[in-house]
Amino acid sequence: MIELSSLVKTYPASGQRGGRPGRRGARRDDAAAPGEPEAQEELRARQDRTAGARARRGAPQGVGEVRALDDVSISVPAGDVVGVVGPSGSGKSTLARCVNLLERPTSGRVVVDGEDLTAMGPAGLRAARRRIGMVFQHFDLLGSRTALGNVALPLELAGVDRRERERRAAELLDRVGLAEKAGARPSQLSGGQQQRVAIARALAARPSVLLCDEATSALDPASTAGVLALVRELRDELGLTVVVVTHEMDVVRSACDSAVLLERGRVVDEGRLSEVADRPGSPLASRLLPPPPPAPLREGSALLQLVVTGGTEEPVLSALVREHGLDVAVVGGRVEHLGGRRSGHLQLEVLGGAAERAPRLRAATAALRERGVLVESAP
Amino acid sequence: MSALADLLPLAPQLAEATRETLLMVAVATGLAVLGGVPLGVLLLLTAPGGLAPHRVVHRVLGLAVDLGRSLPFIILLVAVAPVTRAVVGTTIGSAAAIVPLTIGAVPFLARLVETSLREVAPGKVQAALSMGARRRDVVRAVLLPEAMPSVVASCTVTVVALVGYSAMAGAVGGGGLGDFAIRYGYQQFRTDITLVTVALLLVVVQLLQQLGDAVARRLSHR
Repeated sequence: MIELSSLVKTYPASGQRGGRPGRRGARRDDAAAPGEPEAQEELRARQDRTAGARARRGAPQGVGEVRALDDVSISVPAGDVVGVVGPSGSGKSTLARCVNLLERPTSGRVVVDGEDLTAMGPAGLRAARRRIGMVFQHFDLLGSRTALGNVALPLELAGVDRRERERRAAELLDRVGLAEKAGARPSQLSGGQQQRVAIARALAARPSVLLCDEATSALDPASTAGVLALVRELRDELGLTVVVVTHEMDVVRSACDSAVLLERGRVVDEGRLSEVADRPGSPLASRLLPPPPPAPLREGSALLQLVVTGGTEEPVLSALVREHGLDVAVVGGRVEHLGGRRSGHLQLEVLGGAAERAPRLRAATAALRERGVLVESAP
Repeated sequence: MSALADLLPLAPQLAEATRETLLMVAVATGLAVLGGVPLGVLLLLTAPGGLAPHRVVHRVLGLAVDLGRSLPFIILLVAVAPVTRAVVGTTIGSAAAIVPLTIGAVPFLARLVETSLREVAPGKVQAALSMGARRRDVVRAVLLPEAMPSVVASCTVTVVALVGYSAMAGAVGGGGLGDFAIRYGYQQFRTDITLVTVALLLVVVQLLQQLGDAVARRLSHR
């Protein structure tokens, strides 16, 4: 269970900070935000429309500072896999790093499993961090240690004796499918194998939370799928609460139960994946279920775009044909599996729908809506 | 060759000078590592954005280190004479030369070590912190082991520099190969002796460099 409330993280606009390699460009993106009132307005308007988004607190923006996180409140139930998505510079990595206080928020509270990390002293925080595993984009394994030595490191830091930590590390390497690589150096392993070692390392101290900061961004598609499947399995086995920071929507689609969309440090949209399809046009839906590009139509035809969801078992096409006397052709479509449901779009060309059959199309559209079939656009 | 025959009587002195050089360099290197590595760690930790940022400490240490490095060794040699006398009891001889050699090498090595440690990917430090590591854990388990090949290379550079410095120490009565070259070669206009000494220094430096490279290679797992 992770509860982040009213997190604000600001940096001085100039001057160097350590510890966040390669993020300078991203920060500049953030810096651009205050200078663009229209974008801000647009964001705020969108936020008001969004079901889960919290009201903005109206904290004054200091001069010459960059806001990486701007009043972010998120609650992740225990055992959930939440995806944090957004364009680069939107603050999603900062958000993940605030969960274990690798970055201390300027204000706001971080509560993990009922413990307020923001109120802890150094020793308490170190103990709390052992209960929060983290994996990184570039794996960050120690080249001076073997795979086994890397997995044993968190146990070494926790003061576990040598025999016990080697036993546990071997067990974890076995769990991630790399038992035979125990003596290998990180440089002898592939990217996917290194990330598996990093996951084993993150889980060595038996945490209840796993943070994945762009954990698959440096991996090829096959390794990505393997790592994501492993994360899901481990969640199921260990009841982990998982935060997956990513810029890849595919990662969210295949691994997450819910998603939070950040833009310019603010929560723009959030929701369970199984419900995203029910809100066509919402920021998350348009990213997770992008409508197919409009297909070219014949003269006088109209485009009918249906939202396909797992709950829709209506015989839609035959109803259009039989009950409304329309001729339709399938011109496009895309179906994804989201949160255990089939969700997507179906594009139909309604012949004459923009001409003599327009009244019939209107009637048909109204009838479909009445039956609970979501119609995204019917020009 | 008559030149070689002329050199033979000096062989015992040459051997003695080589022994003195090696002794001075070995002891000074040991002391420089003991002082320079912790100082390099401290420079890195106290730097802005480091694990224990401290502006004043960082500035003071940085200034002291840069002063030590910018001072020509021959000046340093004379300047620290009172310290040498206080520590060793005399300013003459190989034992006395070890003091200025160490004082000269510590800041030199400290900067090199700082640079070596800086090369460790910040993500590895972050990863350790995310596991609940203390600062000293990060230094012990991450920074030093990860930078070890580079730190060894830094030590090698320092050893070689110390061989050069030790020759200068000879000029003020430190003994060693430098002293030998000046007294028997330069002052007696015996170019052959100077050349032999230089060749010997070259061999010593080569051996030390190869030893350092071999150790660094063994430690590197890239």
